[in-house]
Amino acid sequence: MYRLRKIVLASAIVLAGIPVWSQTPAYRAPRTADGKPNLNGIWQANNSADWNLQGHSAAQGPVYALGAVFSIPPGLSVVEGDEIPYLPAAAAKQKENRANWVKLDPEVKCYLPGVPRATYLPYPFQIIQSRENIMMAYEYAGAVRTINMGAPTKAPADSWMGWSNGHWEGETLVVDVTSQNEDTWFDRAGNFHSEALHVVERYTPRSADILNYEATIEDPKVFSRPWKISMPLYRRVEKDARLLEYKCVEFAEEVLYGSLRKKASK
Amino acid sequence: MTTRLPLSIAAFTAMIAGSALAQAPATSTWTVPRTPDGTPDLQGVYANATLTPLERPKGLGAKEFYTDQEFAALMKRIQSGIVPEEADLGNAAPQDVRYDLSLYGFDVTKATLASNKRTSLIVGPEGKVPPMLPEARKRNAERAAKNKGHEFDSYENRPLQERCILMAQERIPMLPGAADNNLLQIVEGQGYVVLLHEMDHSTRVIPTDGRPHISQKIREYQGDSVGHWEGNTLVVDTTNFTDLSAFRGSGEKLHLVERFSRPDEKTLLYQFTVEDPDTWDKPWSAEIPMAKAKGPVYEWACHEGNLDEFVTILRGARVEEEAGNKAAK
Repeated sequence: MYRLRKIVLASAIVLAGIPVWSQTPAYRAPRTADGKPNLNGIWQANNSADWNLQGHSAAQGPVYALGAVFSIPPGLSVVEGDEIPYLPAAAAKQKENRANWVKLDPEVKCYLPGVPRATYLPYPFQIIQSRENIMMAYEYAGAVRTINMGAPTKAPADSWMGWSNGHWEGETLVVDVTSQNEDTWFDRAGNFHSEALHVVERYTPRSADILNYEATIEDPKVFSRPWKISMPLYRRVEKDARLLEYKCVEFAEEVLYGSLRKKASK
Repeated sequence: MTTRLPLSIAAFTAMIAGSALAQAPATSTWTVPRTPDGTPDLQGVYANATLTPLERPKGLGAKEFYTDQEFAALMKRIQSGIVPEEADLGNAAPQDVRYDLSLYGFDVTKATLASNKRTSLIVGPEGKVPPMLPEARKRNAERAAKNKGHEFDSYENRPLQERCILMAQERIPMLPGAADNNLLQIVEGQGYVVLLHEMDHSTRVIPTDGRPHISQKIREYQGDSVGHWEGNTLVVDTTNFTDLSAFRGSGEKLHLVERFSRPDEKTLLYQFTVEDPDTWDKPWSAEIPMAKAKGPVYEWACHEGNLDEFVTILRGARVEEEAGNKAAK
């Protein structure tokens, strides 16, 4: 009986979506020369969140000719409680987005990914910490953002990667992201937001080579309440790991402009 | 060539007076600060607008620098509205279609400049790009000929800049040429220097731990950059270019060495040397002082805004063909 209760309790914790690491003891990261937790490095998610933030089964990919290559891998949810609290009209739009994924997803077009999607795209990104700001450089599309670590400043304009103000809470880098435009998505399942999106990210070192990543997502035009995603990010520990050039524009051109090719003369 | 130029003399005077290098060279005791990691602190935002032409005007022969008197006289001529051959005014120079440059901040004469007394950006007695080797001329001519008459056939026939793949202001080495979107932001972290070009958010994350280049099998439009510190100077070595990212007709053997230093608080001195045995018979070098500028660097998203413009270019060509076909029937 006792054993059964333990199992039930464990399942209840998993079902409640409480991340596993909440039970691990606090880890103190090495410090930078100016005394901050040292998050410098190349990091990458290792999940299929970019396919769908919510739990999803394996599925046939959109290009039949590719067979089992580029089919859609299954994945556990990264959303707390596995529920994205869409307002009714927004829920309908998400369904439409999903049905027309290949046509509408900004990633298909090689557009800048926005935050948090940039974090869990299937490409590495690099954190470079200086005293005044922290840069996050993403391999995908050469996307980049500069996180201001001084007194918070206001965005001069909306942009694809938004405006990031950061600060430290103990071991955790907290980044407040506002002023993203409405044109980015969260994943290939059509999950979306409006220009009222407000994201608060938390990067907490869990061990030398793992960061816990959490993002709280708030958008009163699309969601009925704030919701949260979380996942580990792993250090790319290969000797000589580095970001390579992934200028994807040229891979999107046929999709965008192919219909305007000159027809072969008869 | 001498042209009258409608520019604001007051603005120009202010600019010259404000330029760091126009004044007597450093007798100051300024030394470059250090980051917490102990590396020379080159961080900041810099602009590379300049009035100095890339190649030396023919009449000046092997003369690399103006004397103080000559420099003052040259500035006086420019201030009086004469644009001599010695000054390269970029967008501010007279042109057929004139934008209101002052409105959009494109006017180089109103930009913060780090001017210098060099007669050309290219250093050395010759002051010009060495002649292109015959095989390189042939290679470039063949490529141009192949595209001739097919310029509007497909996206692949359009220039990289128009396709938002490689913009002029993000190309390396960084040559001045535009007075807008020409900011460079430098950020230093442990073992890395980041060079962020305003134009199209092009970012180079450069390791400074002495590691070698990546495999030659990997080719990149921006090449592979590795760096190291020599005293107070950051030295960046770049290879692994593609044969499409041609710099003034170069091929994929292009080898670029860039040097970044801060001679004074307001200036980033950018020097580069390029060599390519398939293109020039010898290396050549240039030197461009960049002026400290006010940030932040805004996001430049070229491709994301290119759809309508680019579609219009190709559709226009298709519509013309259609009309031509109808007329022929």
